[in-house]
Amino acid sequence: MIETLMLSRIQFAANISFHILFPSITIALCWLLMYFKIRFDFSQDPVWMRAYRFWVKVFALSFALGVVSGITMSFQFGTNWPGFMEKVGNIAGPLLGYEVLTAFFLEATFLGIMLFGINRVPPWLHTTATALVALGTTMSAFWIIALNSWMQTPVGFEMRDGVAHAVDWWAIIFNPSFPYRLVHVLLASGLTASFLMAGISAYRILKGDDKRGPRLTLKTSLIFAAILAPTQALVGDFHGLNTLEHQPQKIAAMEGVWHTEKGAPLLLFAIPDEENRTNHFEIGIPKMASFILTHDLEGEIKGLNEFPGEHPPVAPVFYSFRIMVGVGMLMIAAAWLGVWQLARKKELSPWLLKGLVLMTFAGWVATLAGWYVTEIGRQPYLVSGVLTTAEAVTTVPPSKVWFSFTLYMITYVVLLVAYIRTLFLMARRAVEIEEITPEENPNFHQLDENLATSGEKA
Amino acid sequence: MIPADWLPVIFVGLMGLAVLIYAMLDGYDLGVGIMLPLDNETQADSMIASIGPFWDANETWLVLAIGLLLIAFPQAHSVVLRELYIPAAIMLIGLIMRGVAFDFRAKVAVANKPIWDKSFKLGSLITALAQGYMLGMYVMGFEQSITAYLFSGLAAFGVAAAYCYIGAAWLVMKTSDDLQLRAARWARRAGWICFAGVAAVCAMNPLVNPEILARWLSFPNALFVWAIPVVCFALFAIIDQVLKRFPLPDDKGCWLPFVGAMFIFLFCFSGLGYSFFPYIVPGQMTIWESASAPESLQFILWGAIVVVPVILLYTIFSYRVFWGKVQDLKYY
Repeated sequence: MIETLMLSRIQFAANISFHILFPSITIALCWLLMYFKIRFDFSQDPVWMRAYRFWVKVFALSFALGVVSGITMSFQFGTNWPGFMEKVGNIAGPLLGYEVLTAFFLEATFLGIMLFGINRVPPWLHTTATALVALGTTMSAFWIIALNSWMQTPVGFEMRDGVAHAVDWWAIIFNPSFPYRLVHVLLASGLTASFLMAGISAYRILKGDDKRGPRLTLKTSLIFAAILAPTQALVGDFHGLNTLEHQPQKIAAMEGVWHTEKGAPLLLFAIPDEENRTNHFEIGIPKMASFILTHDLEGEIKGLNEFPGEHPPVAPVFYSFRIMVGVGMLMIAAAWLGVWQLARKKELSPWLLKGLVLMTFAGWVATLAGWYVTEIGRQPYLVSGVLTTAEAVTTVPPSKVWFSFTLYMITYVVLLVAYIRTLFLMARRAVEIEEITPEENPNFHQLDENLATSGEKA
Repeated sequence: MIPADWLPVIFVGLMGLAVLIYAMLDGYDLGVGIMLPLDNETQADSMIASIGPFWDANETWLVLAIGLLLIAFPQAHSVVLRELYIPAAIMLIGLIMRGVAFDFRAKVAVANKPIWDKSFKLGSLITALAQGYMLGMYVMGFEQSITAYLFSGLAAFGVAAAYCYIGAAWLVMKTSDDLQLRAARWARRAGWICFAGVAAVCAMNPLVNPEILARWLSFPNALFVWAIPVVCFALFAIIDQVLKRFPLPDDKGCWLPFVGAMFIFLFCFSGLGYSFFPYIVPGQMTIWESASAPESLQFILWGAIVVVPVILLYTIFSYRVFWGKVQDLKYY
């Protein structure tokens, strides 16, 4: 049984890790696309349309990967975690149902018009379709985060015969950790999309693309990131305080606090030792953890000793948290430096361009790390205090889980490699495309064939 | 407030609707994928262009169907997905292959395009076969026997043929010239296989399940329900005659095979539904035994009453936007 449990957990973690990469791009990228489209509608400056056309392709590809991996995930509730639906299905079911009804259909239907409908509908309707897809992706995040937050901080229900029954839907949806988590996730998507856009735009410039398009998208994404990154740090802090209130064992694991202490140091580095329940090689700033979490240098932080058998594995949560924060700091630095250089010299230095290319997927790293903090941090529970992960797992024999796990892993690795290679291929190809201005071609709106058909048919 | 006893009936109806719409809509785009020619790039491009704006929304009906099973009948959801663990995993791989191939083929270097075309074709075939196999196992009540495996194997090919049938009919409607004629030939061939499949299920199902036989023979319902196979078989014959006469003058009636195929799907589905209601897991679990708590069903029902008509409206709108013969798709 333990084998099926462990395998199912790894399989689900792999699935969700793969899946989350794509919504974390598409949610915010679609709002950026809407921004480009509105700028074009008002200014008729073709550069906005070119930006739209390039990035809508990235959007379509990311969206497709998100859809297929999302369907895989929804099936796993039934195939690998039947206990989840049996015990809390009365609550999880409707939330997932509303996601399908209000978000999936909206985005999937208007995606067709957004991608292929520009010459078939009036411009305002095409812009509206883009807005509706953006709204759909965001609604989707709303519902899924509502469910996830409820699993972290469950309220608004009562147990009858061992099954959770909804009492107050408003309380269930707007549960205590929901607002913080939702904003944190949406900002993470904003940063992921910004750094992707900055990285690919920088790559095009480094490859000799001297058109206006990549410079414009680089500037837009850097300004966006320069605002979002520090905001995210602030929101993350509020989220942390909320977690301290509702899931102190998670905070204890994040901070590596084994024993309740006053004036706890902020550990920059340490090697948590689960066996001896202590840390090795600690490097920390004295009293800072207490100060950040309780706003008091001598504030008390509950240690893992208060939650025997009820706390998550420490090392993965501890390390993931540091990776997330580290990448976040790097993002603030890169975005501010970029904006500063742009303001002073109107362009970026080559080394910063290269740095941004390296940071193309920085958002992915931070998002995944953050996701691990919150999800592993909830263990051993699937629904805090209500249902443990072990109780929810399927009775399917391990051999079958091995089979599906192998299939998924091969598929995901191939797709991830193909996805990243294709993004950079698209960027290189865009370098070679001639820029057609409205002066040279008055019907440019319909006839920018060079860009539209350079291998992009269907 | 709706009486609690009625909620499972309403939800099984909604689920049935989602499954039916899924089978028709994703059915045609899966069929188009299965038939994708690897020898003619222009035709392959047109075929993919014909489903480009729709496939994603079509697939969402599957998510809704499985979602409704999960929301309204969690017990049945667990049983069904446990029994179908392996074929469901295979189907998902198929869905992934075709879903991403669709986008990759348009964006990768030309040299790699044939790989993604093959992946699209193979993915569509795997998906259709897996769904057919799952339908077969479901009808057999997840029995683990040689008969059940054989029957499910047949059902796999039957469903793949049915998808090709409706997919080819879709192409007949959406394309012209050589491709249309080719599609009409595909449609006729798939139609014959499909006809044989439906006839086999009509014969097999009552023989395997005495309960179903009794139901189909009981008066006065029998008078009404026997119309289902009769009309169904008549439709096969009419569509075949229409397909034989292509190309039609002015392309009048090019929509007829597709609409006819949709009605065949509707009738076959009603026949199956009539056979199994009120069981959600055939022979094991009724809809009332496996239903969720009434307060949860009420909560989602109000949403569904408001949202489902809106979804249907904007789906129709999207089909209006891309009405008529297929044009080259360009990402703008």
